[in-house]
Amino acid sequence: MAYYRSTVLVSMDPVCIEKGALEIKEQLIKELALLKLSEEVQVLDSPRLGDPETEGPDILVYPEGSHYIQLSPATVGPIVLEHFVKGRELQQYKAQMRDVLDEELGEPKDKEIRIILENIGKIDPRNIEDYIAVDGYQALAKVLGEMSPEEVIQTILDSKLRGRGGAGFPTGLKWKFARQAPDTPKYMICNADEGDPGAFMNRKVLEGDPHSVLEGMAIGAYAVGANQGYVYCRAEYPIAVSTLNTAIEQAREYGLLGKDILGSGFDFDIEVRMGAGAFVCGEETALMASIEGGRGEPRARPPFPASKGLWGKPTNINNVETYANVPKIIHRGLEWYTSMGSEKSKGTKTFALAGDVAHTGLIEVPFGLTLREIIYDIGGGIKGGKAFKAVQTGGPMGGCLPASDLDLPVDYETLGAAGSIMGSGGMIVMDEGTCMVDIARFFMEFTQDESCGKCVPCRVGTRRLLEILEKICAGNGEEGDIEELEELSEQIRKNSLCGLGQGAPNPVLSTLNHFMDEYKAHIYEKRCPAKVCRALIKYEIIDGPCTGCTVCARNCPVGAITGERKQTHIIDQDICIKCGICYQVCQFDAINVS
Amino acid sequence: MPTIKSIEDLKRLREEAQKVKELRDQTGKTQIVVGMGTVGIAAGARDTLKAILAYIEDKHLPDVILRQTGNIGVGGQDPVVQVILPGAETVTYGKVTPAMATQIMEEHVVKGNVVQDFRIEA
Repeated sequence: MAYYRSTVLVSMDPVCIEKGALEIKEQLIKELALLKLSEEVQVLDSPRLGDPETEGPDILVYPEGSHYIQLSPATVGPIVLEHFVKGRELQQYKAQMRDVLDEELGEPKDKEIRIILENIGKIDPRNIEDYIAVDGYQALAKVLGEMSPEEVIQTILDSKLRGRGGAGFPTGLKWKFARQAPDTPKYMICNADEGDPGAFMNRKVLEGDPHSVLEGMAIGAYAVGANQGYVYCRAEYPIAVSTLNTAIEQAREYGLLGKDILGSGFDFDIEVRMGAGAFVCGEETALMASIEGGRGEPRARPPFPASKGLWGKPTNINNVETYANVPKIIHRGLEWYTSMGSEKSKGTKTFALAGDVAHTGLIEVPFGLTLREIIYDIGGGIKGGKAFKAVQTGGPMGGCLPASDLDLPVDYETLGAAGSIMGSGGMIVMDEGTCMVDIARFFMEFTQDESCGKCVPCRVGTRRLLEILEKICAGNGEEGDIEELEELSEQIRKNSLCGLGQGAPNPVLSTLNHFMDEYKAHIYEKRCPAKVCRALIKYEIIDGPCTGCTVCARNCPVGAITGERKQTHIIDQDICIKCGICYQVCQFDAINVS
Repeated sequence: MPTIKSIEDLKRLREEAQKVKELRDQTGKTQIVVGMGTVGIAAGARDTLKAILAYIEDKHLPDVILRQTGNIGVGGQDPVVQVILPGAETVTYGKVTPAMATQIMEEHVVKGNVVQDFRIEA
């Protein structure tokens, strides 16, 4: 192959052609020949480069990666002269470099294995050919060409792939039930209603590698016998929705979705449905109600979606990450996949590491790594060299695990037995400066707010739990509160309709279990050991170190501090709002918190 | 774009797509930059560039990217050539004739030894 120092890709998208891409290409070749550059620069046809509607016709020049947009035959001359002869980019026709590379996601750290996040930042999510270049849709081709639906289900069963939405139900079994359901038509749903505070694993996949999810859904649809799929994505993820829509449109154009896929006779299409961001809509029955146009409220199960789901028809519903695993398992084989993970949980899991940890962000690890390895080896330990206090896994319905649980391996069973859950992958690390009663109150505030209100235990129960916790934090806790928290939690857990209510008491129960002394200190000693609950702390100026510099008095927003220059100052406790500003501004450590 | 109708179509498309993707993937490759401002061109940078191009083609060096830029900013030293090996610092050469360019390619780019005689401070 001849060597060219430069390559020009000309977008041959139909819209670009309509806008004159062929004339641009012709002009380009003519100008290059005129300047005797034909042997140095090659001109190639390319699929769409940018947005044809606003940017076309456009060209992309490599190795520089310069993207010239909105071209006309008249502008080709100056570009050739400046770019190829003088080596200068012509700024007026150049588009802003699109960041194909992902800035949120760094290089993988030791002990990380990236399967789901593998392509993110490495392929252009808005260009299907990039996905095809990294073996995309090969698994779908294999399934349609060589495997029966039963064989696909058996492969997924053997891979021990389990639902990544949190419950960990075997995916193959779910598909089998949906396949066995006699009723038709059948539906495939992808649950992309990621709502846990601080969690963004699914958003990253949808924004960075949307085709992996579409391919997984198509394989699943072939296995269960569905011809229509829906991705239920929250409206708070506008970029994910737009990337998904582009991906679906391109897959249709290329014949990888739609009628008679790859000449196999199998039809499958996907549509995006947007949710309004209600947390409960991540629950499968509420999600389906929302797709149908009803209120996002859960219903009792059984019947399970596999027999009666969307519009009363058999429906298979999986999480984004679950679907993204499927093409990799089929394409690279069972042996490869089952070599990762623990005995009962195979493969990897993505987590959003957040809180008081040095390196926050997305990670992907094989099952079976310990919490300590995740927090210290990958997360870099606790921020600011403080001591570890607790880690909360699985979002607002998860439990808080203390330091004694740090060596537990992370998989569905172990976390469940320890009083927490796997959840969809939120992981919030807390340092010694965290008040566990306050944390329980914070999560209860969230679940109370997000309770849909359909069933009494969840609607009224979470409200009462929150009231008691607020009372304790405000310094008004009394004898019997702990017992009432325990009893209420038990009732809510047993009697709620869906996972939201059943899981809501977890933060309370787990903190009661592991940090009872903090609850007792709040209630019986009116003291917040972590010095977080404002009602229970007091700021005072210590006589010795105070130099009377007046900085605290000048910064106090309510004028609670008085004192002569060079004399020890005094805080008036009746005026003080306990904002802590004096503590922050004092240069002499003269403010004491008690 | 053509609709993919069979598995063979998909495989063919994958190969084409891989070629384009490789083109864009520049990490881990050696970069050679030639200063092609008006001064550079007047001093003969185009011949230097062609010599480098010929060498790359002759020896089949696929992991080398040849780029041109404007005036590099070392007055009186044109034609200027910079060589950036992966993970190494930029080395700048001045008054590079086609013959010198070939020698730089042989010694520095292929064998990894900086040609100290031609090197200038940039």
